[in-house]
Amino acid sequence: MEKTALYNFHKNLGAKFVAFAGYQMPIQYKDGIVKEHITTRQTAGFFDVSHMGQLFISGSKSLEQNLEKIIPLDFKEIKINQSKYSFLINDKGGVIDDLIITRVDGGFNIILNAACKDNDTKEIAKCLDSDSKYELKKDLSLVALQGPKSETILEAIIPGVKQLKFMNGDYFKFQGKKIYVTRSGYTGEDGFEISLSNTNAENFTKLLSNKGAKPIGLGARDTLRLEAGLCLYGHELNQDISPIQANLKWAISKRRREEGGFKGWENIQNDLKNGVSKIRVGIKPSGRIIAREGTKIFSSSGDEIGVVTSGTFGPSVNTPVAMGYIQSKFSEIDNKILLEVRGKKHDAVVSKLPFYKKSYVK
Amino acid sequence: MSEKKFSKKHEWVSLDGDTATVGITKHATEMLGDIVFVEVPEPGKSVEKDSQAAVVESTKAASDVYSPISGEILEGNKSIVDDPGNVNSDPEGASWFFKIKVKDKSEFDTLMNKADYDKFCAENPS
Repeated sequence: MEKTALYNFHKNLGAKFVAFAGYQMPIQYKDGIVKEHITTRQTAGFFDVSHMGQLFISGSKSLEQNLEKIIPLDFKEIKINQSKYSFLINDKGGVIDDLIITRVDGGFNIILNAACKDNDTKEIAKCLDSDSKYELKKDLSLVALQGPKSETILEAIIPGVKQLKFMNGDYFKFQGKKIYVTRSGYTGEDGFEISLSNTNAENFTKLLSNKGAKPIGLGARDTLRLEAGLCLYGHELNQDISPIQANLKWAISKRRREEGGFKGWENIQNDLKNGVSKIRVGIKPSGRIIAREGTKIFSSSGDEIGVVTSGTFGPSVNTPVAMGYIQSKFSEIDNKILLEVRGKKHDAVVSKLPFYKKSYVK
Repeated sequence: MSEKKFSKKHEWVSLDGDTATVGITKHATEMLGDIVFVEVPEPGKSVEKDSQAAVVESTKAASDVYSPISGEILEGNKSIVDDPGNVNSDPEGASWFFKIKVKDKSEFDTLMNKADYDKFCAENPS
């Protein structure tokens, strides 16, 4: 089991740990999930996400062309220091992983899910020419700072970051060392992700704490992203689900939707042209019942029409929230559906996403 | 009312005549974290010792609550159904789960006392 550079720091803060993707990660601290969730929405929270992969790729002119084989973005559209959300696509048009890719000097930085990062690196390497270089950085930590006070807190430590627009990044200096900061996140709040060397991670995170940001564990990270309607790989996304089924068509660039030229294009093109038989939706149970992953979904006439992929209680919306896949013909917003929990069927409706309104800085 | 007794599944029971009050322990709530959903049994339902009688869910997961004693349900605590967070704030007091008409009082004697339960928790950290 691996530990991040911040493991001891978490321990001193009273974290409860859980095994996640081969790492000992804090699931919560002393405040607990609900309080940590609310803190992030109201002030600011920091998250150690160093388990995630940070893959740097550099190469010659053909690099972009090669990456376009497996990532359905229009690479010419990505400006320097701009970040884009997309996927690695398999031959069937399923999602190998979802990712954030940022163009940096001389190449790209790709943030990958912890459980997928080694396989992702292999899949990407297969598409590259021999003159391309790639490295899954083990010497870097990744810290997310999220919430409405993030800008003020981070600006006090790293002057200049407030200039960053959402889904943009840049290099900054911290204690004499180069770090990379993007304005992004996974909570539905304004915030930043800071990539810096392992040796600097604890110093930096302590400063965030001194400035009033609170530590937030993976538990609240999950309730936050679910309220924000964001997908979690292994739940809403996997190798058998296409981005079109996942209702993430927007994450395939326009030119690529028209021209294809990436893995699994035949299936994706078919999904785009003919529609999909099942689609990801938001689900709001009518009462307090929580529909966990695997909960069967039925139509009001009693036919099984889908399954829940994530479900919890949303502390900010103060109701249970879920996402899942249902037959497309039942996917209209406000459509009444039934959720089978512990043998009983409970009323629910198809809900628009996000459950909680975003407040990104554009 | 009698002293509280405890089960290995982290329920507490107190006995008043042949009426037992059952809840989950403070230790259980600490393991569960923030409680966001509670389901209690309907009056009239008969339950066996160690059978599932109620449900408690935290932000993390759903867990069954077992009855440490056999009998017939007299009442479920609606106040924790309406406000599940109360279980975190007062698990061994006002936030009991259900009251039960006890079939066999000798079952009560087989449960752990406070000292034994504390020892059990210390030896079985989650």
